[in-house]
Amino acid sequence: MNASDSNATVITKGNDTMTSAEPVAAPATAGTAAPSRAGHAIEAIDLDIYYSDFLAVQGVSMTIEPRSVTAFIGPSGCGKSTVLRSLNRMHEVIAGARVEGQVLLNGQDLYGAAVDPVAVRRKVGMVFQRPNPFPTMSIYDNVLAGFKLNTKKFKKADADALVEKSLRGANLWQEVKDRLDKPGSGLSGGQQQRLCIARAIAVSPDVLLMDEPCSALDPISTLAIEQLMLELKDNYTIVIVTHNMQQAARVSERTAFFNLEATGKPGKLVEMDDTKTIFANPREKATQDYVTGRFG
Amino acid sequence: MTATLTDPLALADAPLTRGRLGVAGQWAIAAVAVAVGLAVTLPFDGFKWGWALVVAAVTYIAVTYTVARVVEDRRQAADRVATAVMTTAFVIVLVPLASVTWTVIKNGAARFDLAFFTDDVKFTTAELAAQREGAKVGGASHAILGTLIVTGLATVFAVPFGLFTAIYLVEYGVKSRLARAITAMVDVMTGIPSIVAGLFAYALFELFFGPGTRSGLSAAVALTVLMTPVVVRSAEEMLRLVPNELREASYALGVPKWKTIVKVVIPTAIAGILTGITLAIARVIGETAPLLITAGVLDARNLNPFSGRMTTLPVYAYQYYQIPGTAKQAAYDRVWAAALTLVLIVGILFTLARVLATVLKPKGLK
Amino acid sequence: MTTLESPLADTVDLRDQPVSKLGDRIFGGLSKGAGVMILVTLAAVAVFLIARARPALFTDVHDQNFFAYVGPLVFGTLLAALLALLIATPVAVAVALYITHYAPKALAQTLGYFVDLLAAIPSVVYGLWGITVFAPVVSRDVYPFLNDYFSWLPFFSGTASTSGRTMLTVAFVLAVMILPIITAISREVFRQTPRLHEEASLALGATRWEMIRQAVLPYGRSGVISGAMLGLGRALGETMAVAIILSPANGYFWSLITNQNSNTIAANIALKFPESTGIEINRLVATGLVLFVITFGVNALARRIANTGFNGAEG
Repeated sequence: MNASDSNATVITKGNDTMTSAEPVAAPATAGTAAPSRAGHAIEAIDLDIYYSDFLAVQGVSMTIEPRSVTAFIGPSGCGKSTVLRSLNRMHEVIAGARVEGQVLLNGQDLYGAAVDPVAVRRKVGMVFQRPNPFPTMSIYDNVLAGFKLNTKKFKKADADALVEKSLRGANLWQEVKDRLDKPGSGLSGGQQQRLCIARAIAVSPDVLLMDEPCSALDPISTLAIEQLMLELKDNYTIVIVTHNMQQAARVSERTAFFNLEATGKPGKLVEMDDTKTIFANPREKATQDYVTGRFG
Repeated sequence: MTATLTDPLALADAPLTRGRLGVAGQWAIAAVAVAVGLAVTLPFDGFKWGWALVVAAVTYIAVTYTVARVVEDRRQAADRVATAVMTTAFVIVLVPLASVTWTVIKNGAARFDLAFFTDDVKFTTAELAAQREGAKVGGASHAILGTLIVTGLATVFAVPFGLFTAIYLVEYGVKSRLARAITAMVDVMTGIPSIVAGLFAYALFELFFGPGTRSGLSAAVALTVLMTPVVVRSAEEMLRLVPNELREASYALGVPKWKTIVKVVIPTAIAGILTGITLAIARVIGETAPLLITAGVLDARNLNPFSGRMTTLPVYAYQYYQIPGTAKQAAYDRVWAAALTLVLIVGILFTLARVLATVLKPKGLK
Repeated sequence: MTTLESPLADTVDLRDQPVSKLGDRIFGGLSKGAGVMILVTLAAVAVFLIARARPALFTDVHDQNFFAYVGPLVFGTLLAALLALLIATPVAVAVALYITHYAPKALAQTLGYFVDLLAAIPSVVYGLWGITVFAPVVSRDVYPFLNDYFSWLPFFSGTASTSGRTMLTVAFVLAVMILPIITAISREVFRQTPRLHEEASLALGATRWEMIRQAVLPYGRSGVISGAMLGLGRALGETMAVAIILSPANGYFWSLITNQNSNTIAANIALKFPESTGIEINRLVATGLVLFVITFGVNALARRIANTGFNGAEG
């Protein structure tokens, strides 16, 4: 992020103190294992996730570094998507889903008694596996969709500026700037996914969750999104679920490996460490087996 | 540049928590609404529960919005009002359903007896005298038989007609110009008002048998025009749902096309087809207008559909409501019993359709 | 679907079963014949109606030309049907949303069943209920109120009916009758909103109502409109409820709460036909033809909206 790029740099992401002169926080350097509560860290404390009576995920405790990319990996059905969705309370959309334990965002428990899930989701954004721009809206309206929910009155000039800023942030501006009023569904898969990212960052979330964002895309679009992630992490905390271990190795600083003991048993967090460590010399045998391709 | 981008647009860091309007709060508002509803309407003479409920509902919505707006925020308040409105709409819709059902049962019970199902309304002088004394005389047996005959005939005509058309559209004539024309015409047929179908049948029979012809057959023709498109549509849909792999498996065994259709495709789709037929019957069995002008009214049994007027149940109800004769209440009682019988028949058909759909559905299909 | 290559592959495509056997000829012929009969039937309907209607179209019956006769009837038909549509559609959409997005999932099917039951009740029963229960209640509780405070509107002017046999009563009863059609189609469309779009909305921090406005309603818009048009078509052709409830008079009447109302085409036919002879019957058939043309137009519009709308919605 160049200081000379006046549109992009000095943007504070929902900080309590909105000073434009705040220096860009030094990103967590690779190799730091010590959890930090500065910035927008997420901390899960003894998280159990239930679907009605079925315990899907058990005893997850982890810290997610601010302004970094953390990857969740693991075999199918091990609960990594479930844990991801619990970070913005989207799992509650399924009837009967509930949680025991805590998830702290900057020290505030997302599951506190008086907390509104709607407010949580504004702070913790999500991008889905299959791109889902609203089909009846133009690109312009898609980007503003979340923003319009919160703000009824705004000047057109401000809205235009926000759309441009978000699309630039998603590396999509150059490609669509001449057709902002065309439907969002008319773009290619990779472009649609970047549109969804633009839509998500338009509401200035603290955290961006990505649930296998590239699995429906071709390799070139995948590369573009991974590139984007490396840029976004300067301003957002990113958590990504991926089936693709090479992708995890490419983009993330820290990796969490989830696994099931057996079908029907709850998923568990087996090991979480710097990405280099997870892939080179993990502590657990299961991790070792998974990353070397012995199962999964 | 930075000021514009950060201040008005960067969303203020909304707190995660705020006051919530809990369940207790909602009950409190409901209680207030009911109180206001009563307070506003009781003072007027001719107090009506209906108005009280309306005022209460409106108050509930208004108060919920205001309180939620203050305690929570504008968006949450809008959400609550939306929920209240949806629920109210649903409750509103249940009212006429309950009212009609209750009215029909209450009024129809008076004559829901054996005589109703066995007598007709061709009275002897003795019977008329007995009726004046309050005896329960007269019934709709002729009308019930008429309904069975006319609807039965219509079904016999419409089912093969509709089914074979559907078979043509799905199996034989796919994508041909003829098929497209037929589909368009079936759509037009679905839109024929029932009275127009009756006029057509009347005109048709008048051409061949002279003006003023009334017969059960004529009525059956009118009903066939109404039933057939319904049968075609649902049979077509069901046949399309049968996976092509089944047909191909049959062809690969050397089974000719027509046998494949009869032995493989139709049995697979039979649940849906029967459901469609049942619903088509349910739709026409209550038709009055076309029957009024084709089969007319008769006060006694006529089992011959080819000649002479024939009363059907809905026409019976209509006719004797409009012209009850001297023994008004007795006539009205019979009318309501006829209405009750009709509603029961249609209700049974509807339930039968549902049951068929679930019971006969082959496992693993759709 | 892979077909194994066989020496006969060039000559026989197994999916194109030859239709040359006798059984197929007969069966296929029957099917085609049935299809052709549909066209013949429709042609017959058109021919017969036009033939029977023609004499009345260009001569005066009882010193009144056809258009003067049918004008008030068309007015009454449209007024009743459009009012019913206006009343029924918002309620139907709200009920459809309730069943698909608000009601407890376990109950949704049963609730839908109850609403569908409204469609099962025959129109003559609605007519009887309308005139014996609904009309008296509404003429006692609602019409005087409307007449007292809103008589400056042409819809509520005149002397309020005490029997309730008015256009507004008919409109309400028709609304109840067409509501299940509109709801059924709306429910189907709302239910099919892709989960992906609903979740996209929720993930942006939308409340349930906001999600419905953002994802469900835009997706279902054309379906709802098409359902409403179908309901309108049904209301236009409705006979018995109107014939029993409405107190008709000759002319154009805008007031909805008096005993003088323009009749509808269908109800007029039902009332007049049994006693009509000769050219009077021709005239009634002609009005029926007019009604057919109107409903045909409405249904064609509904189909067009349904077809183009859904294609647009598939993103």
